[in-house]
Amino acid sequence: MILGWLLAILIAGGLIAWPLARLHPLLSRLIALSAVALDLALALFLAARDFGPGSIAGGWREDLDLSWIPQFGIHFHLGLDGLSLLLVLLTLFLGVVAVVVSWTEITTAVGFYHFNLLLILAGILGVLLSLDLFLFYFSWELMLVPMYFLISIWGREQRVYAAIKFFLFTQLSGLLMLIALLALYFAHHQATGVYTFEYQDLLGTPLDPHAAMWIMLGFLAAFAVKLPVFPFHTWLPDACTEASAATNLVLASLMASTAAYGMIRFLLPLFPDAVQAISPLMIVLAVIGILYSAFLAFSQTNLMRLVAYASIGHLGFVLLAIFAGNSLALRGAVMTIIAHAISIGALFLVAGAVEKRVQSREIDTMGGLWETIPRLSGAGLFFALAALGLPGLGDFIGEFLILIGTYQAHIAAAAVAACGVLAATFYALRFVQRAFQGPNDHSWQLPDLAPREALIFGILMVVLLWLGFYPQPVFETLRQAANHAPALWR
Amino acid sequence: MLRLLWLVPAIPLASALTLALLRLSQRTVAWIGTCSIAASSLISLLVSISFVNAPPISGAYTQVLWRWFNVDGLRPEIALYLDPLSLVMMVVVAFVSFLIHLYSTEFMSGDDGYGRFFAYMNLFVGSMLTLVLADNLLLLYLGWEGVGLCSYLLIGFWYRDPANGRAGRKAFIVTRTGDTAMVIGLFLLFHDLGTLNIQDLMHRAAQYWPIGSTGALAAAFLLLGGAVGKSAQLPLQTWLPDAMAGPTPVSALIHAATMVTAGVYLIARTHILYSLAPQAQFAVAVIGAATLLMAGFSALTQHDLKRVLAYSTISQIGYMFLALGVGAWPAAIFHFMTHAFFKALLFLGAGIVIESLDGEHDIFRMGGLRQKLPVPFWTFLIAGCSLAGLPLITAGAFSKGWIVWGAYSAANGSAGLWAVALAGVFLTALYTFRMIFLVFFGQQNSQVTRKPGQAMMIPCVILAFLSIAGGYIRTPFASYLSAVLPWNPGITRRASFGEMFSEGIVALVFFLGLCLAYVFFLRRRDYSSALASSPASSVLHRFWFSDWGMDWLYHRLFVRPVVWMAKVGKGDPIDGFYTGVGRLNEIVWRGLSLSQSGRLRWYAAVIAAGAIVLIGVVIFS
Amino acid sequence: MTAIPMADGLILGGILFALGLAGLLLRRNLLLILVSIEIMLNGAGVAFVAAGSRWGQADGQVMFLFTLAAAAAEVAVGLALLLTHFHRRQTLDADSISEMRG
Repeated sequence: MILGWLLAILIAGGLIAWPLARLHPLLSRLIALSAVALDLALALFLAARDFGPGSIAGGWREDLDLSWIPQFGIHFHLGLDGLSLLLVLLTLFLGVVAVVVSWTEITTAVGFYHFNLLLILAGILGVLLSLDLFLFYFSWELMLVPMYFLISIWGREQRVYAAIKFFLFTQLSGLLMLIALLALYFAHHQATGVYTFEYQDLLGTPLDPHAAMWIMLGFLAAFAVKLPVFPFHTWLPDACTEASAATNLVLASLMASTAAYGMIRFLLPLFPDAVQAISPLMIVLAVIGILYSAFLAFSQTNLMRLVAYASIGHLGFVLLAIFAGNSLALRGAVMTIIAHAISIGALFLVAGAVEKRVQSREIDTMGGLWETIPRLSGAGLFFALAALGLPGLGDFIGEFLILIGTYQAHIAAAAVAACGVLAATFYALRFVQRAFQGPNDHSWQLPDLAPREALIFGILMVVLLWLGFYPQPVFETLRQAANHAPALWR
Repeated sequence: MLRLLWLVPAIPLASALTLALLRLSQRTVAWIGTCSIAASSLISLLVSISFVNAPPISGAYTQVLWRWFNVDGLRPEIALYLDPLSLVMMVVVAFVSFLIHLYSTEFMSGDDGYGRFFAYMNLFVGSMLTLVLADNLLLLYLGWEGVGLCSYLLIGFWYRDPANGRAGRKAFIVTRTGDTAMVIGLFLLFHDLGTLNIQDLMHRAAQYWPIGSTGALAAAFLLLGGAVGKSAQLPLQTWLPDAMAGPTPVSALIHAATMVTAGVYLIARTHILYSLAPQAQFAVAVIGAATLLMAGFSALTQHDLKRVLAYSTISQIGYMFLALGVGAWPAAIFHFMTHAFFKALLFLGAGIVIESLDGEHDIFRMGGLRQKLPVPFWTFLIAGCSLAGLPLITAGAFSKGWIVWGAYSAANGSAGLWAVALAGVFLTALYTFRMIFLVFFGQQNSQVTRKPGQAMMIPCVILAFLSIAGGYIRTPFASYLSAVLPWNPGITRRASFGEMFSEGIVALVFFLGLCLAYVFFLRRRDYSSALASSPASSVLHRFWFSDWGMDWLYHRLFVRPVVWMAKVGKGDPIDGFYTGVGRLNEIVWRGLSLSQSGRLRWYAAVIAAGAIVLIGVVIFS
Repeated sequence: MTAIPMADGLILGGILFALGLAGLLLRRNLLLILVSIEIMLNGAGVAFVAAGSRWGQADGQVMFLFTLAAAAAEVAVGLALLLTHFHRRQTLDADSISEMRG
């Protein structure tokens, strides 16, 4: 029941916040903030109740099953296990951050903005919680249109181009997933005579290898574009260059996590043999992606674009882990998803904060900022270090586990990917050098971090340090998920 | 008392956090920053005394703080491991750090980044102590990267000058290249031996890997990659001379006494692995020998005071690597200790000289400072003699002589390595006394504007004392370490005839170097300038000055291609495919829109033609 | 009464249709294009009647009546459009209706 409330509160909050902006924008912001915060509190309550120490038993800890369109076998089925809980908490936490960050950034059409934002969060939660494949697809598409509005209304100069590009890429791949989903649906009917979209039921569908490969590719197309995976990534830098900082946070951190979740939850269990067959290709793509995006990040002059490529690089590690077929790597992948979301998200926020003060996203206009905004520069340095995988922060744990796990399966891939960590050093240090260090040529005299910003950055830093030094709670929660899908987590 | 071990790294880390977050007055910062290190060294001393008096039965003490994580067989803990080796490292690091912090309170006073400086320095000391006390390779790697980070931050401390930032980045990237090799070594070790705990690794390696097996070789070489990067040995030594851009206390602490010796510590800690991989161990010796010669020649040509010392550091660490490579493990650690004392002192003295001449770095513009700065002169002289190896008096002579003897007599030693080590002694004496004579003797070329205060002089005096007295504890030192670092059977406790002969030759070579330096740089400066300006030697001079051309080589081989690739790819070539699809769409659209001419009769004609075609199709198919 | 073979009727209808089509495509005067359309419709009508007489049923002639009704409606609308166009452009040239391009 609580799961239904999680979604309902967000949607209701969005619907209420929309018209309230007419009265006063602050009301809209408050409603949105309370909706997401309430959801976060509920999720924490769920975590404490169902995932406290000692509850290692597998299975879905929460379950909500309502019949929706019985003629087609569609249920409104939500379920929560360790993996989804971690990502739900991440989503809601960063959702609160996004709302707080937009407090002063967004000044036009405030109500509509919050409506879209909350709708996206609801869509993400839907993706993470749904156990019915139709509902999953529905939520997947639900994330699309509000994000299009977010980019095209509150973005920079080329925002419409970026928004349309994002929409086309994601919609097209989503349609491929729909076709694959329907194929699976009908194949299941052919094998068992039952029409159903239920996840658990579809798990064991016997498929002939040829069909399985095509269906898997259909699903993979959608996840590969969303993640994004190397040759299909070009929408993300364009979207991030144009959109506002909070939008980028949601886009790069949260929507990417849904793609990775989709791969882990649906792709791997539904089509194990097809995944096995395609994994050499995916590993190669992942490694190329890591190196390619690191080099490209190094050469960018637009701050947001640089961080976007950094994000793609980190997600390349996640992709590598998912297809490496090793449980150490898979756990590292989940850790990286969480840590990357926080550190890359924070980098976007830093870039946004710098942009607000300097009125530009171009690195060449900056330089010598450490003199006037030391705290913001310090925060930028901290998160850049997280991005390059400094031990003691969460990203390192994730990346290390991924690499050490991949090594067990593919030595060469792990070695090359380790060089990708080295390559990350180039752009991270360049970012710090060009933006914050150097002489203060333009004689900037800028306000340093406001208390609101300082609080957000402080909390994010603490979380990263905590993940870096004591990540065990994350792994314990994962163990719960592993217990009821042992073949996957080995 | 042993239970206080965790405080040793924890106190500096806590004070680093405090100094980073709070904005305090310079006095408070100085007190907090220095007292934290003082407390840390005091506790380390107490712990050591307790450990030495009542050593645990197993010979080592492990303090587990918490389990870092537990995933599927990988279960590292945040745990500290104290045995004679880490004890020596800990005490030396903590104590020398304290002295340098004391020095910095005066050296850095007036700088607007005072708090930042001490925060970074404390963070560094905390990370270094974590590194030497770590009980598993993952925690060691955390300290390893931590010191690399602090090195980067402190080299680029005066961030307003982009050149400093460049030097910092160069250091970070070059060392990280080595670290990548090291981390792959960690993967291999875990994959083959199932653990990252150092002691367990050593036991299992000895059990499962026969001597010369590929596993041991690969792991040893990969770890060597990391050590070479951090310790600025061939081929990754190019970052250290540029690192002199940082403040002098930084050069003293990080780039002389502590961080650069981390590689030496790593190899000594995993020495069992190296005994299982003789080719790798031989490579260590060769690298050490080659580096000590190369850097010696380079040091001879430098005219920046700090750069002479930087190349000297590279060269001395080469001696340590040489010792490790031939199996004279305790000799390497002993040289680490004496080197920490005299090299830190040399840097501190250089800092005093540079500051008192208002920022002059060029030794050819100094001179005659003997009278104006007497105490710095004497301490610098003592340190220089220790570096060059003045026999029987200085600590450096004891440690270096030990290594030279070991280069011949140890299991992997040979006459060739002994000769190389001797050549190194000659070079060291030559460049050291060149430096001393040019800076402190002769005519004074620059004005002394400032004299150092007590906070800067006391550490120098203490270190000078240690540079002399440190050598006398060689025998008990060696026997204490023998539990952990087995004496190579080639080195006997009693001085054999061979050893005395070797020491004699070393002394001879030392005096040869000293005399040559006296002649060329004190008595007849015209000889040296004549020599330097002759065509053949000026080519050689330039070659040695630029670090044997390695910087130039790396720039062409690595830096340029990377930058070029990044520039070429900036617009994301893959995107070209998608914009190409868009453009194709546009072309087709333009083509098709030609058929929409708007003319009535055209449309009618098309309808008619289409109808005819359709009817034809229907009739004839 | 000797029945006229259907083929003759169809050929007549075809020739009329072709003549009308040619007129439609080749003429530039809008009014005459409408006339050509009428000829095409009548040609089709002749074909219908001929076919109806071949089978001896009234359906062909009924179709022709339908066609007449449709033709009348179409002429009404066409003439109205033509008049509007003439008011705007003062010409009956078919090539002057070319604004919906691209």
